[in-house]
Amino acid sequence: MCDQTFLVNVFGSCDKCFKQRALRPVFKKSQQLSYCSVCAEIMATDGLHENETLASLKSEAESLKGKLEEERAKLHDVELHQVAERVEALGQFVMKTRRTLKGHGNKVLCMDWCKDKRRIVSSSQDGKVIVWDSFTTNKEHAVTMPCTWVMACAYAPSGCAIACGGLDNKCSVYPLTFDKNENMAAKKKSVAMHTNYLSACSFTNSDMQILTASGDGTCALWDVESGQLLQSFHGHGADVLCLDLAPSETGNTFVSGGCDKKAMVWDMRSGQCIQAFETHESDINSVRYYPSGDAFASGSDDATCRLYDLRADREVAIYSKESIIFGASSVDFSLSGRLLFAGYNDYTINVWDVLKGSRVSILFGHENRVSTLRVSPDGTAFCSGSWDHTLRVWA
Amino acid sequence: MSSGASVSALQRLVEQLKLEASVERIKVSQAAAELQQYCMQNACKDALLVGIPAGSNPFREPRSCALL
Repeated sequence: MCDQTFLVNVFGSCDKCFKQRALRPVFKKSQQLSYCSVCAEIMATDGLHENETLASLKSEAESLKGKLEEERAKLHDVELHQVAERVEALGQFVMKTRRTLKGHGNKVLCMDWCKDKRRIVSSSQDGKVIVWDSFTTNKEHAVTMPCTWVMACAYAPSGCAIACGGLDNKCSVYPLTFDKNENMAAKKKSVAMHTNYLSACSFTNSDMQILTASGDGTCALWDVESGQLLQSFHGHGADVLCLDLAPSETGNTFVSGGCDKKAMVWDMRSGQCIQAFETHESDINSVRYYPSGDAFASGSDDATCRLYDLRADREVAIYSKESIIFGASSVDFSLSGRLLFAGYNDYTINVWDVLKGSRVSILFGHENRVSTLRVSPDGTAFCSGSWDHTLRVWA
Repeated sequence: MSSGASVSALQRLVEQLKLEASVERIKVSQAAAELQQYCMQNACKDALLVGIPAGSNPFREPRSCALL
């Protein structure tokens, strides 16, 4: 029945191009319009165009990925450990637990050092956040969060506040006060709001801004005073588990690692991902910049730690052993960057020679998974937190 | 429209990959040499690496035990 209408020459203004032409009826989303033959032809091929675009975009993406790998491989002229062959091997290390911080009622999930190289903030599954004096092992402050699994905590650069968060999907800032009459929880300020758990947080160079990472797959930069979102970072395909800010001399970038096995480097001002690395075979639990800011290390559930150089734009070292089969939960560099300390789910801490790629020491002491590890700001010691409810300071 | 959504997502991916491909890179040999140089330059300040006299490390100094 419709065929017959084609034979009727209706002359008029085309519904699409408005030119005076011979028109035919076309159906667009069950609405009948009158198009000229040119526009009708275009409409017929439009559907085809979209499918072509999809396929051509996919193949363009694939070829770009291949080209990226090629470009990276071209500059891969030598391995890091080969360059380091002439470097003197490290001697035996004597590192022992010098302090044990006891007081948490459940797994310690995160810790951070204060810039005074002495105070430590730690958070636990039981919802408690404690500030310790690591020299004396005394507890200076304690606050109970309204949620369990406080997965992230951070000390403010001034030493006057701490930030923490976890299953409450928020990052809250608590000013630290020595007034015994003041209730710390009363002064709490909610800064960040995510749509899933908070996995990591860090103050930037000042007390005024906080960078957060979340199980909702995004990172975000917040203004502490107003709680306003300043910038958000989208790109991870799954939960973001960790982040680290570049050392201040190297500028406004940070690196994040996630369950999508990717480590991504971001420009804090534009929100753009500058570089991405996908060589791990499982979730990346921890990322930490090399002290010069030119590289970063990552620890993953695939039982390896890896070093990525930002200027060579590729992975340059893998720290692994066949005997290590448990995931690395946390990594940090010594002051010079020569040593990489990594805490593992098999309760040990392995110390790696960053340049040569070999393990120089293995530290025992914790009675459950090591969940967090940070070297002190002046590099004289490092602290590890564990599911065994304690923190240990090693030197 | 679902095909519309994946087209724009793919377009973003292609733009991102183009950006990443255009990053200026240096050779691994040069990058490795610079990492090594940084280590060597700062090794003397690294307490955990070279160890500093026991007295000056606040964590290693002997703690007095108050017995009385």
